[in-house]
Amino acid sequence: MKIVNLDHMSANPLLPEVKDVMIEAIKMDYGNPSSQHKIGEQAAEVLENARESVANLINSAVPKEIVFTSGGTESVNHAVKGAAFANADKGKHIVTSNIEHNAVIRSLRRLKTMGYTITSISVDKNGRVNPDDVAKAITDETILVSIMHSNNETGTIQPIQEIGQITKNKKIIFHVDAVDSVGVVPIDVQKLGVDLLSFASNTFYGPTGVGGLYVRRGTPVWPLLDGGVQENNKRAGAENLTGIIAMGVAAKLARRDMASRIAHTKKLKEKLLKDLPAYIDEYIINTHPEYSLPTLVSVSIKYIEGESIVLMLDDEDITVSTRSACATGSLRASHVLLSIGLGHADAQGTLVITFGVDNTEEDVDRFLTVLKTVVTTLRDISPLYQSKS
Amino acid sequence: MYSKTVMDHFKNPRNVGVIEGADGVGEVGNPLCGDIMTIYLSVQDEHIKDIKFQTFGCGSAIAVSSMLTEIATGKSIDEAKKITNKDVAAALEGLPKNKLHCSNLGADALQMAIKNYEDKKAGKKIPEPKREEKHEHNHGDQCYCPYCDAEVDEETTFCKACKSDIDSHH
Repeated sequence: MKIVNLDHMSANPLLPEVKDVMIEAIKMDYGNPSSQHKIGEQAAEVLENARESVANLINSAVPKEIVFTSGGTESVNHAVKGAAFANADKGKHIVTSNIEHNAVIRSLRRLKTMGYTITSISVDKNGRVNPDDVAKAITDETILVSIMHSNNETGTIQPIQEIGQITKNKKIIFHVDAVDSVGVVPIDVQKLGVDLLSFASNTFYGPTGVGGLYVRRGTPVWPLLDGGVQENNKRAGAENLTGIIAMGVAAKLARRDMASRIAHTKKLKEKLLKDLPAYIDEYIINTHPEYSLPTLVSVSIKYIEGESIVLMLDDEDITVSTRSACATGSLRASHVLLSIGLGHADAQGTLVITFGVDNTEEDVDRFLTVLKTVVTTLRDISPLYQSKS
Repeated sequence: MYSKTVMDHFKNPRNVGVIEGADGVGEVGNPLCGDIMTIYLSVQDEHIKDIKFQTFGCGSAIAVSSMLTEIATGKSIDEAKKITNKDVAAALEGLPKNKLHCSNLGADALQMAIKNYEDKKAGKKIPEPKREEKHEHNHGDQCYCPYCDAEVDEETTFCKACKSDIDSHH
């Protein structure tokens, strides 16, 4: 049976065009873009073409503002640690939110051991940061504000432009982790007023292992990797040219097809939300009704646990993600879900469903039909459901 | 990730349900930790005549409960008292290391059910069971090893207590 993939956030399939380009790139035996000879120049040309495509996707003023990295995690580490190191003489205070991805959280935790102080602000029950709270958290010592564009567990989109106004007025560096947004929803770094923006190629059907960091001209950021002068002296090491070429093509396609992709996934998301009550009861939708990714639905199903649901769906060839403590190995409920006010038991039963260009309405129907059976089976086993009834 | 036996017991759990007027009931775990297991016993001539379970939890928690009920069925109370969580994990052909702490509580629930049975028999007053969202080792902001639950430093990647590499966010 065909696998119904409703877990695009974990791994997006490569678009056929991207695959073709990657295979071609491997066959081309490109040289090193830093070399002075013809082979090197040819490599430099395709590298810069890819940079331009990526810059266009986020409306960066000049392609030079794009630094290619090994993916979202590196970009975030580079932005957060690089800005902290480069500006330590001005202060050591950083403002962030309670719902950031672990790449941000753990980078900040590392900085804490080096004498930096962090203010982490709460979100409302819909999972959104209040820009006023950011303004209030900023002190004379603040050198960086880091807030994510969309959350990877709830899909909720933050008021980045409003926060960007605040950081601009106060002349503080603003980093946005947009790993789950770039290529999915329109991102205009100039309009948003951000200084640093992290993103990854796989989010828009490019390969994994390649990503980018937007660095607004003049933003002081130390490199994470020291060595050669590649990437305008911001990221040393010979470039992953095959990956970057593929990312460039994926970026071009994402820009061209964004409106139709949004329309397609939004239709599926709306269908899921509309039809869900006909299949199961007693659940909580964690995704913001208005400000959220068109691709993501987060739902907490009461009285049952997420990993069990995922395994049972997988048995029927349907893939989704969960945010239960059991499945993450941390044995603690998701910090994001607790931050939006979910209880521990409810957080345990959370599924993250992410749509992609390859999904159909039939996929949604099949998912819902199987989900109904799975929920009934697991609730029959659950003592929480038993004592409730 | 799971053995074939675990998947079999997870997908086809044995002895699911409630015994009305059970001779003994035991419950362990809480939602904070991830799993809750309830065991119901029916005892005849000091032997477990019937045993049923209900579990809120992950795949391994359900498999553990199911396997435990298979092991315990027909055993004398004295024999059943000797069943350990380790026995259950072994019968399941092993469990992932990080599941041993939270999910492998079936034998504990059985021992509580046996105690409940013996207390009832001895005429002891049994307090009404209450389920709360709390944990005997309150995690709070402190970090714990996901394998043995020992307290660890926030940034450490190695648990000195059980000598495990800690590869996830504790």
